[in-house]
Amino acid sequence: MTTTSERTSPAERFQAIIDADEKIEPSDWMPEGYRKTLIRQIAQHAHSEVIGMQPEGNWITRAPTLERKAILIAKVQDEAGHGLYLYSAAETLGVTRDELVELLHTGAQKYSSIFNYPTLTWADIGAIGWLVDGAAITNQVMLTRTSYGPYARAMVRICKEESFHQRQGYEIMLRLCNGTPEQKAMAQDAVNRWWWPALMMFGPHDSESTHTNQSMEWKIKRISNDDLRQQFVDMTVPQAEYLGLTLPDPELRWNPERGHYDFGEIDWDEFWQVVKGHGPMNRDRLEHKIKAWEDGEWVRDAAAAYAEKQQARRAASRTGG
Amino acid sequence: MTTRDRITSRAPQGSVPVFDGDPLFLYLVRHADDNLILAQRLSQWVSWAPELEEDIALANLALDFLGVARALYTYAGEVEGRGRTEDDLAMLRTEREFTNVLLVEQPNGDFAHTMARQLFFDAYQLGLWEALSSSADATLGGIAAKALKEARYHFRHSSTWVIRLGDGTEESHRRMQAGIDALWRFVGELFVGDDVEAAMVEAGVGVDPSTLQEAWEERVSDVVSQATLSVPDDPFQRMGGRVGFHSEHLGHLLAEMQWMQRAYPGMEW
Amino acid sequence: MAYSVPHLDGEQDPQFGRSDARGWPMWEVFVRQRRGMSHVHAGSLHAPDAETALQHARDVYTRRVEGVSVWVVPSSAIVASDPDEADAFFEAIEKPYRAATYYEIPDEVGQM
Repeated sequence: MTTTSERTSPAERFQAIIDADEKIEPSDWMPEGYRKTLIRQIAQHAHSEVIGMQPEGNWITRAPTLERKAILIAKVQDEAGHGLYLYSAAETLGVTRDELVELLHTGAQKYSSIFNYPTLTWADIGAIGWLVDGAAITNQVMLTRTSYGPYARAMVRICKEESFHQRQGYEIMLRLCNGTPEQKAMAQDAVNRWWWPALMMFGPHDSESTHTNQSMEWKIKRISNDDLRQQFVDMTVPQAEYLGLTLPDPELRWNPERGHYDFGEIDWDEFWQVVKGHGPMNRDRLEHKIKAWEDGEWVRDAAAAYAEKQQARRAASRTGG
Repeated sequence: MTTRDRITSRAPQGSVPVFDGDPLFLYLVRHADDNLILAQRLSQWVSWAPELEEDIALANLALDFLGVARALYTYAGEVEGRGRTEDDLAMLRTEREFTNVLLVEQPNGDFAHTMARQLFFDAYQLGLWEALSSSADATLGGIAAKALKEARYHFRHSSTWVIRLGDGTEESHRRMQAGIDALWRFVGELFVGDDVEAAMVEAGVGVDPSTLQEAWEERVSDVVSQATLSVPDDPFQRMGGRVGFHSEHLGHLLAEMQWMQRAYPGMEW
Repeated sequence: MAYSVPHLDGEQDPQFGRSDARGWPMWEVFVRQRRGMSHVHAGSLHAPDAETALQHARDVYTRRVEGVSVWVVPSSAIVASDPDEADAFFEAIEKPYRAATYYEIPDEVGQM
C-alpha cells in the first residue's frame, strides 16, 4: 500500500489490509469490535487447551504401556504449550494472562464444552485424539489463515506440533479394534460417547450463529460452522469404517447428489445445557483448575519476591561499589 | 552439614527377599525403577503446576526420567534373556520386587516437597551418570552419557527453584525447609552399596555409591546455603528400597500405574 | 466452531485493565535453530527473572530439539517503530540504485 496516512482514515486502512488478505498486527489500529471478538475467541481457545489437559491427564498415571505413557505426557504437555502460545497472542491485544485466567475462574469466560465430558476408559484417550483433535485440527488449519497476525502465527506453530496428536489417537483405536473383543467393545463404547460431542464442537448452525457473519467479514473465521462440520464428517466416516466401528447415527449415509455424507441432528438441548454449565464435568474441571492456581500462588509469589530481592541486591552492589 | 557417620536403619530381620540372578540385570533394574517411579510421581503434577511454564517443565522432567527407565528396562530384559520387555518389567512386578530407593516413591507433597526431592535426586544422578558414562558396559555407558546431559539440566532446574523458594517469601521459606526436613531421612540410602553394586564395581560396570557422597554433599550444601536453608541434625536414615522394603506409598503408586495390565492381562495397547 | 463457545443470551463483555492480578513479567524468546542462522523470534512467556525465563524458554520453545541457542529479552525492553509512521519510516525514500537490477551489464561480461 502506498496510500499515505494523511489521506485515509484508520478504519479505511484497516479494511484495506483485510481486503488485501494481509495480516493485522498488534500495533495497528483496529475496530473495538474486532479487538473484543479476538480477545474472546483467543482466550476461549487458550482456556480450552489448558482445561483440555485434564481429561487426558486423567489417564497419564494409568496408561497401559510405558510408550503410551510417554506419548500421553508429551501430548498433554503440548496442550499446556498451546495454551501458553494462545495466551501470549491474546496479550498482544492489551490484556494480561492473569486477567484472562481470572475470567476463566469466575466463569466470565468459557472453554470448549467438549472438555466437560469425562474420560472413563483408556479407549477415550484414543477417541479424543482421533475425533476431538480431528475436529480441532479442521478448525485450526482454517485459523492459520486468520487475519490477526499473532493468532495466525500461534496457529501455525500449534498445527505443526499437533500433527501427531490425531494420528496417535487413531493408532490407539486401531490397536483396540485389532485386539480382543473386550478391547473392541471398549473402542465402540468410547466412539458412542464422543461422536456427538465432537460434532457439537463446531457450534450452532450457521443460521443460528449471529456472530459468525461479522467474524467472517473480518476474516477472523474463514469457513462457517456447518461447512467445517461437514468437512469433518466426510473425513471421519471412512476412518471409522476402516476401524470397523459404527458411528452412533442411524441417519448417517452417503448422499451422491450432494457429494457429502448426510447426518442426523445434534441434540441441541444437550449442547446448550453443557454450554450453560450443566455438563457432566463442568464443575469438576473448574474446581481442579482453580485449586491448582490457588495452590500455586505462594510459589509464584516466592519467585517474584526473590526476583525483587535480587534486583535490589544488584542495585545496592552497584551503588555501594 | 554432614551426612557421613550416619545411623543407618537396615531392613528388619527376615524381611529381605532374595534377589538372585545376574547382578547386571539387578543393577539395571534398580536404576530403571528409580527413574520410572520418579517419572510416575512427576507425571502426577501435570495440570497441577503453579504456572503453565512450570507445568511444561515438570512434564519434561517426567519424560526424561521415563525415557531413561525405558532404555534401562529394555536393556535389562536383553541381559536377562527371558524375553521380558520394558512393560513386563514395569507393569508385572509387585512392590516387593521393585528396588527403587525410597526417596523417589515419596508423595509429591507441595511444590517445595517435590523440589526438595528433585534437588536430592538430581544431585545424586549427576554423579551417578558421570561415573557410569565410562562403564565397561558400553550400552549402560551410552544410556548414562545421554542421561548425564539431562541430569545437568534437571539439577539446574531444581536448584533454581530451591534457591527461589528458600530465599523468597516467609511462607515459601517455611515450606521449602519443611520439604528438606521431611525428605532428608531418605538421602542416606542413595550412598549405601550392597553385593550387587560390589559385583558391578568389580566388573568395572558400576560405581560404588559411597564414592558419590562427597560431591553430592558439596552440591547440595551449596544450594541449600544459597537458599538460606539448612539440613536437619537428626542422623536417622531410612533404608530398604533396594531390598524391596518400601514405604507404604509404593503399593498405591503401582496399583494405579499397573492397573490396565492387571485388569486386562496379555493385551496389546 | 471448535474450541470456541457460542454467545449466550445476556453475555457481557468483560472489563479489562481493572484487575489487580499481578503475574510474572513477560519475556520475548529468540531461538537460533541451527548454527549459522540468526536468532529468530519464537514467541513469549512469563517468568519471574532472567534465569527462569531462560529455562522456561528452553522447556516451552525447544521441546522438539529446535534450537542450539536461546535469547530472552524482557518484553518491556522492546522499542518499536510507530505503525502510523510506517510510510515515512520504510517507504518514503526511494533509492533504486541500491538494487542490483538497477545496473545494466552486458551479457558478454557474464554472471556478476
